Amino acid sequence: MGFATALRCRECGREYPKEPINICEWCFGPLEVVYDHDRMASVVTRERIESGPPTMWRYRDLLPVGDGPVIDLHCGLTPLIKADNLGRELGLQNLYLKNDCVNPTYSFKDRVVTVAATVAKELGFDTLACASTGNLAGAVAAHAAKAGMQAYVFMPADLERVKIVGAAVYGPTVIAVDGSYDEVNRLCSEVADSFGWAFVNINIRPYYAEGSKTLGYEVAEQLGWRAPDHAVVPVASGSLYVKIWKGLNEFRDLGLIDQVQTKMHMAQPLGCSPVVTAYAAGVMDVRPVKPNTIAKSLAIGNPADGYYALKVIKESEGSATAVSDEEVIEGIKLLAETEGIFAETAAGVVVSALRRLAHSGAIGPKELTVAYVTGNGLKTQEVVEEDARPLLVKPTLDSFKEALDRRG
Amino acid sequence: MASVIRIPTPLRRVTNGQETVDVNGTTVGEGLDDLEARFPGVKERIIDPQGELHRFVNIYINGEDVRFLEGLATALSEGDEISIVPAVAGG
Repeated sequence: MGFATALRCRECGREYPKEPINICEWCFGPLEVVYDHDRMASVVTRERIESGPPTMWRYRDLLPVGDGPVIDLHCGLTPLIKADNLGRELGLQNLYLKNDCVNPTYSFKDRVVTVAATVAKELGFDTLACASTGNLAGAVAAHAAKAGMQAYVFMPADLERVKIVGAAVYGPTVIAVDGSYDEVNRLCSEVADSFGWAFVNINIRPYYAEGSKTLGYEVAEQLGWRAPDHAVVPVASGSLYVKIWKGLNEFRDLGLIDQVQTKMHMAQPLGCSPVVTAYAAGVMDVRPVKPNTIAKSLAIGNPADGYYALKVIKESEGSATAVSDEEVIEGIKLLAETEGIFAETAAGVVVSALRRLAHSGAIGPKELTVAYVTGNGLKTQEVVEEDARPLLVKPTLDSFKEALDRRG
Repeated sequence: MASVIRIPTPLRRVTNGQETVDVNGTTVGEGLDDLEARFPGVKERIIDPQGELHRFVNIYINGEDVRFLEGLATALSEGDEISIVPAVAGG
């Protein structure tokens, strides 16, 4: 029955059975999955992982699921690309991009949802739901379709149209909430309390969040079983950032890699950077903000894992960077023009933060660096729409030559 | 002044399963004191010994986070709705 044995409060340590709960009823601390690490370690080897499926389910032994079928759209084991062109621009000789644009619903959210949907099914739910900034909604709707479950996805009404379409097409009930993501979240907490649904990022959250560890595992395996010197990760709630760190450390604890000396660098958009602000002020309390940024997938003003993200910065001797909306667009273009990868605004945030870290010397030219590209650019194309100005020509050679001359 | 507090699932064991509780008080802090008087033990789940909101608890008045207002000193008006909401992961 897998190696997950219980849930445990990260704050007070109280243990709970593996149920659809996410909060310690004593201190409100978040619950996390507990594993039988000894039994896990007696089974897991590099060879066993390498002979697994070419998806994130090759790490099944390290995920909180049972032995039955998983709800699988073939997520993960996405490309880790040596980015020599972008590296040359930034003065980095050993730069890699983890390209999660190419997941089944075009963002890293498939990783968390494939785990959440599988666990929800195991727990007997027939309905999957979520509060979403867009990417999660698509992932939840698609996995619900595959699992034959009902789906309800809640999003802020002002989201990019394509993200709404990209969820609606799978046939869920889409609820557009007149409010910010944080307000959607609050509503969903109350809905989760009164409806018997599996809200992937509320009552299923302890299991869901574990899916993000695979972004740490995969990078380590793809680098030839080693951790990078630096990782640059976008932060919204902070969960992905914390779980990548956890994944790398679990690999070390299992003896799959020798050591983890990865400096974890987080990146947020300036218009929603509560964790960066807390880091800069040297405090561990994240004060919520009201987001105002084009990076809507990162527009969480009240990040649930902000506190743990700050702990990871300290533990890993990492850093936190906020970049302007102009830099977000520059980052998207730089990534597209140098590496041929069209990524969404969150990656624009990461690439611009990476540029700053390289220029400041925080990342040395030869150090092994991985930047996480977590969502596809087709989802947020309106931010670069202005640059799409084709040369208008008549279907004649003369007209074409004229147009080329005009362009200069 | 009477306000209503919406109780989240993890706290309902303390409130005998009640989803909402009517309380009196002129500030959020006083409202929580009144809640504590009715259901002893509930307050320490929400407020730390220094009198601050626990890290993972959010309190909203009519949908507005009290951290954007005056925290526990935020004034209450007749009929205000207070929601106690645990932090939620991102999406």
